[in-house]
Amino acid sequence: MAESRSPGDRGGRGWLIAFGVLILLALVYIFPFLVQVANSFKSDEEATNAGLALWSANWTSAAYTTLFNNSDFALWTMNSLIVTVLVTLGRVFFVSLAGYALARLQFPGRAVVFVMLIGVMAVPGVVLMIPKFLVIKELGIYDSYPGMILPLLVDAAGVFIMKNFFESIPVAVEEAARIDGAGTFRTFWSIVLPMARPALMTIIILSFQGSWNELNHFIISTQSPGLTTLTRGVASLASGQLSSGNQYPIKLAAATLMTIPVAVMFFIFQRRIMNTTGGAVKD
Amino acid sequence: MPVDTTTQVRAPSSAPGRQRAGKGIHNQTGTGWLFVSPTVLILGIFLFVPVLMAAWVSVSDWSGRGSPLSSNVNFVGASNYAEMLGGRGLAARDFGTAIRNNLYYVIFVVPLQTAAALGLAFMVNKRALRGKGFFRTAFYFPSVTSSVAITVLWLFLFSASGAVNAFLSAFSITGPNWFQDPRGVFHLLMGGGTAPAALAEPGLLGISTWEWISGPSVAMCAFILMAIFTTSGTFMLLFLAALQSIGEETDEAAMVDGASAWQRFWHVTLPMLRPTMFTVITLGLIGTWQVFDQIYTGSKGGPSKTTLTPAFLSYQTAFEAQRWGRGAAIAFVLFAIIVIFTLLQRLILGNSDPTQPSRRDLRAQRTRNTAATTVPVGAVTNSTGGGSGG
Repeated sequence: MAESRSPGDRGGRGWLIAFGVLILLALVYIFPFLVQVANSFKSDEEATNAGLALWSANWTSAAYTTLFNNSDFALWTMNSLIVTVLVTLGRVFFVSLAGYALARLQFPGRAVVFVMLIGVMAVPGVVLMIPKFLVIKELGIYDSYPGMILPLLVDAAGVFIMKNFFESIPVAVEEAARIDGAGTFRTFWSIVLPMARPALMTIIILSFQGSWNELNHFIISTQSPGLTTLTRGVASLASGQLSSGNQYPIKLAAATLMTIPVAVMFFIFQRRIMNTTGGAVKD
Repeated sequence: MPVDTTTQVRAPSSAPGRQRAGKGIHNQTGTGWLFVSPTVLILGIFLFVPVLMAAWVSVSDWSGRGSPLSSNVNFVGASNYAEMLGGRGLAARDFGTAIRNNLYYVIFVVPLQTAAALGLAFMVNKRALRGKGFFRTAFYFPSVTSSVAITVLWLFLFSASGAVNAFLSAFSITGPNWFQDPRGVFHLLMGGGTAPAALAEPGLLGISTWEWISGPSVAMCAFILMAIFTTSGTFMLLFLAALQSIGEETDEAAMVDGASAWQRFWHVTLPMLRPTMFTVITLGLIGTWQVFDQIYTGSKGGPSKTTLTPAFLSYQTAFEAQRWGRGAAIAFVLFAIIVIFTLLQRLILGNSDPTQPSRRDLRAQRTRNTAATTVPVGAVTNSTGGGSGG
């Protein structure tokens, strides 16, 4: 601890206060989620009147039962899963192909592609809502899985992550493979890609999280109830469409359930997600 | 492992190897384009073409029926832009209100989230801190969850008899009915009341000076707090990465020279964090001008349009009111605003202080810490993908 060793410092006590503040802050960040889970197991009245309490004398899973019986929650979950899995698979493949080409292959127009990708990243997502809707409509894929999935299949930021990674690994191995007569795709597929597992994990995490939490693209690309994803479905719950009353437990139950997959993902891979100096891109 | 064979193969035959590489370049044209073609195609179809189409729609009278490219859609010049930017009608007032709301959102969120992230990073970075992993997880977790789920939670926490007000009442403070309260906080600080006649005249963008100085509404404040809650963790990680790349040596050297903790922070660490600060503020500006998910899920622009944002207004105008030309025009103006703000920030933060590390130093630092440049990339995905939404 640098602070306590400094000459003018009050030593242990200052540090203790700082530690206390840190604990308090951590509580502020965690507490809302505890409140969320606790209240999803309460009755409507109790949640409305005693929302701060983490304990209840009458736990009930009524909210979860209502959620599954009175809404299409299962269907929403399935749609979110389908889209998320397909988008993630597609991104891993396309993004690493493009990243490899930009990092290793010499071809005319490479610089143009590069500039285009930077340009793409500069365009804010919400500005594209109307434009994307227009094209999806024009292509006749409005209100369909292709319309939901295709536009999300490529992610410029992911291309850069892969490109950075490929540039960071030594070229010697690939040269050897090529000298041994392997084609570019063979080299890429069976030699380079397996080495890129750390970066691929980053892509998987980013695109899983991104497409699971995606809202505005699904708002503009679908309308039928059968294609509603979790984000769109839960957003409609938020404006209260199930029955009378506040229905806080049901909404909180929905929010809790939709958080579980990303939370699990996060806790499994948190070191990779948060270990910003190591892992994914270094070495 | 192939490492051995590599060196064996390479050492004796480096000259022919280079020849092959040369031949490879020739062959690579086809492969290169093949490899990037899915990316180029998808981005072209779903990004470039759409932007062009929307540009056309923004100067047309397309009503949403049929194709905007069909012959019965007319060119109306800049009228969609004009009635929004120069008019006195509802369109202008709504747009002005949305800009005001979002401007306050930006003014509050960007400095606060940057400061919070920096503070958290400093505390978590302490060498002797036990349970670093726990704290990082606690602060970062809100960034992982979807904006929809967080908004649902926020609607509950900030409801009239919700957890926040229950907490406040423990200190005998009667909390407001957050999401139903359209009163501007600056108006409240000024003691409420009505507009003095001089400030009530319609002014810039169709809304009066009195409305411009209202401050964010109480409802918007709840969204501001939410933004800080969800983004400070992400930005904390960026600062942490930078702090770790700076290392302890610099700090210790300054300590040996007799610098106090505050001097070390202000004159040593902070200047070295400048590139990261720049990134964080840029991402913050881009994200905060795009508030959409929260508004769509939570308030739909209410109460009294005080949480209306340009992004949501653009959506509402096009998809709900079927005024596609105007909706597209709002989107383009919003884009322009984001570009202008980013450029302004570059101008202000970029070269204001000659004692700052030169561009070469910054580049050196960036290459030294590859991760630091990659993480913002991830954060960009998040903010443009509507994840945390600022």
